[in-house]
Amino acid sequence: MPKKIELEVMINGQKQVYRGPAFKRLIDVLREDFALTGTKEGCGEGECGSCTVLLDGELVNSCLIPVCQAEGARVETIEALGTPTALDQLQTFFLTKGGAQCGICTPGMIMSAWVYVREGGGSDAASIREALAGNLCRCTGYQHIVESVIATVQASNRRTRKK
Amino acid sequence: MPSVSESFRRKEGPEKLTGVAKYIDDYPLPGCIHGVTLRSSIARGVIKNIHFDPAFDWGPVTVVSAKDIPGQNYVYLIEVDQPLLAEHQIRHAEEPILVIGHPDRAKAYEALGHVHVEYDEWDPVLTMEESLDAKRLLYAADNVFKRIEIVKGDLDAGFALADFIVEEEYRVPHQEQAYIENNGMAAWEEDDGTLTIMGSMQCPFYVHKAMSPLFPREPDKIRVIQTTTGGGFGGKEEYPNMIAGHAALLALEAKRPVKIIYDRHEDMLATTKRHPARVRHRTGVRRDGTLVAQDIDVLMDGGAYVTLSPVVLSRGILHATGPYECPNVRVVGRVVATSTPPNGAFRGFGAPQTLFAAELQMEKIAARLQMDPVAIRRKNLLREGALTATGQMLRESVGASTVLEQVLARSRFADKKKKYARWNQSKRRPSWRGIGLAAVFHGDGFTGGGEVFLRSQARVALSPDGRIRVDAAATEIGQGTTSILAQIVADALEVPYDWVEVETPDTSKVPDSGPTVASRTCMIVGALLHRAAKKLKLALLNAGAHWPLGREAFERAAARACASRGELDFVEEFEKPGDIEWDDVSYRGDAYGVFSYAAMVVELEIDKLTYEITVKNVVTAQDVGKAINPLLVEGQIIGGTSQALGYALLENAIFDRGVMQNAQLTNYIIPTTLDTPPMDVTIVEKPYSKGPFGAKGVGELPMDVPAPAVAAAVYDATGLFLTELPILPEKLCQALHAQEN
Repeated sequence: MPKKIELEVMINGQKQVYRGPAFKRLIDVLREDFALTGTKEGCGEGECGSCTVLLDGELVNSCLIPVCQAEGARVETIEALGTPTALDQLQTFFLTKGGAQCGICTPGMIMSAWVYVREGGGSDAASIREALAGNLCRCTGYQHIVESVIATVQASNRRTRKK
Repeated sequence: MPSVSESFRRKEGPEKLTGVAKYIDDYPLPGCIHGVTLRSSIARGVIKNIHFDPAFDWGPVTVVSAKDIPGQNYVYLIEVDQPLLAEHQIRHAEEPILVIGHPDRAKAYEALGHVHVEYDEWDPVLTMEESLDAKRLLYAADNVFKRIEIVKGDLDAGFALADFIVEEEYRVPHQEQAYIENNGMAAWEEDDGTLTIMGSMQCPFYVHKAMSPLFPREPDKIRVIQTTTGGGFGGKEEYPNMIAGHAALLALEAKRPVKIIYDRHEDMLATTKRHPARVRHRTGVRRDGTLVAQDIDVLMDGGAYVTLSPVVLSRGILHATGPYECPNVRVVGRVVATSTPPNGAFRGFGAPQTLFAAELQMEKIAARLQMDPVAIRRKNLLREGALTATGQMLRESVGASTVLEQVLARSRFADKKKKYARWNQSKRRPSWRGIGLAAVFHGDGFTGGGEVFLRSQARVALSPDGRIRVDAAATEIGQGTTSILAQIVADALEVPYDWVEVETPDTSKVPDSGPTVASRTCMIVGALLHRAAKKLKLALLNAGAHWPLGREAFERAAARACASRGELDFVEEFEKPGDIEWDDVSYRGDAYGVFSYAAMVVELEIDKLTYEITVKNVVTAQDVGKAINPLLVEGQIIGGTSQALGYALLENAIFDRGVMQNAQLTNYIIPTTLDTPPMDVTIVEKPYSKGPFGAKGVGELPMDVPAPAVAAAVYDATGLFLTELPILPEKLCQALHAQEN
């Protein structure tokens, strides 16, 4: 039997205790141990980006992270953003600009875009495309996703100027 | 406010954007076991023995084989040749033999490694050409699953009139759908004996029909529910029948719920792909560019079982001429058996294969005649009143010329062609630049009598408290079904979009409105719902309602109209339009109710050092009749174009002895944000009299047009006429070196 461990991890601002195999993938821990099924698996080898979450503020593919590596860390998932009746601004623009179709890549895509916006990324399409290059989408052809992020950046710039 | 023509927010969007939407793997299913599939390691032969390693703990494991199937061992589709589980003979690599279940998913996979199958291996048939030789027989006396011929006019007479005869052979490869959600299915038996299936799928009633022969019981004791589906593109049209059968068989044996979730590798190895094809053109043309004879031979690789191949071939040959009128045509289509996993539905369904050849052939003819590729298209393009190869007279809604002129103007095609020619003249430039054009048509809905045969039904229901519900089997797979059907019903009833709810496709709740395929949802199912909603409105008027209605007045009217009946509902069934005639034997008549049209200009740049091809810009115009939701239509066009750019330039499924060697997203490359150019999209609306608000189809159309435009642009940039997809840098390098030497 694989060695079981116990560790603490901060998930979406809440301290959680995990007990289980040390090398269980972070994605499985999130989905199976903490019922956070917003994080999706698309390829299981770090290519598609559907399982993107934040580990201490850094974007990672949670299918490639053993849970022991998250000990004491902060993990943020799609569940940290808005809810269906209270979308955050980025999610609202994804809705109005057509940034989501089948929705399976969407949580990972939103996490990458969220970090881009949060870190003050510009509203030029080239930078946005660079920032989202690790997230595969087979439905949209990306243009509406890029436009959703542009709209979010512009809206937050307007807000910042007003302050 | 009217809904149609508004880019309303997709109904299920908020759940998808927050991770709340539940895909099949997101359901915990308490007490379930996880199913995994033991597949053949050889392409052709017979099973001699199956050994179970006695050192492994088989106690908690459930194993099912063909012998456990209570009914008949086939997956129902067009023919009944494909077994649910191979019992004796193996016809392709990765063919399912056993399904193994364990409460722990990892343990289930581990168990697979403790089963050893002994085979008597036979020589496989791996290529279409080998299959045609018929030295080894896989199917009937000639390995041909289906042969279809279209004849118009007199081919010999046509060639006698020709000033030039242009011949070429084109080849297109497999393509993987690569939906980001892998296939997955759950099954269990309810206490009342109902077999319930839930999962990722396009066609709940296909799954329902496939379960009956395997697990004989009354139709209402089989229930199929679609869960939120993470992309389909045709890849979840027929293969879900197989996975549903596996899950159900294991669930019945284990007497517990079963979940089967494929990982990416298994999904790419075992499930269907786009049919590879070889298309030969021999075209007779007058000096002025007029087409006088088209002799076309289409050969497709069906894989090991019939599955949907006859209908893929049908759509392929019906589009083989391209969107042009020619008086003398012969198209011969054959789809053959090989010892490879069956190929199946993929967006476009045979048409992208033959349209690639047809459009590149126009480029070749233009070059041969030293004629402008625009001029030759203008001369031969389909117009109202034109007769297609099957003798179908195009009576209405022909947007071919409009889409062509739109893209030429918006892209400044002629200017750029000259500009790039000047750029390419200088040897010192680090790159070649090119611009290419293509135009296509796409038949909407099922071919010929298909829609009549389906007899689709859809329902609009009103409850006494004023809830309006759409009941249809049309699935939301990302394309926007839920939203557009609600928009159509809202406008027919003249009520707001938000008042209309759409039922989850569940065979115990919705009528069979046919499969979600063939660009038919909006045009066919939408039209049925439009009629049903109109009848509901009449009933409300008869109950004394007056428009415009506020919410309170509507609820009062609903209570009156429903009266003692509970719910008031209207079901509409597809009826054959009086002016559509099709003969499936002679392949003459109206192949489709109507066609959609698209044109595209692609600009690209090729690095002279690395031969890397970068698409810089795409300009497209697509005639969809009416855009019910322009944002969603644009989403279909941009997404389909991106998928087709992958087909043209990146996606290279490598097979060895019938097994895909790059069955993973690491080395089967689909486009990222950086591989996808900005796109300029113009929606053209040539209304179709039988579509809701004039709407035709859009789902598949954008898949047809990019690949030939890319090949034309590569030709423009380099002078290399490459007739085989994908156009990879290494192929370009080899071809350029061959040209120099």
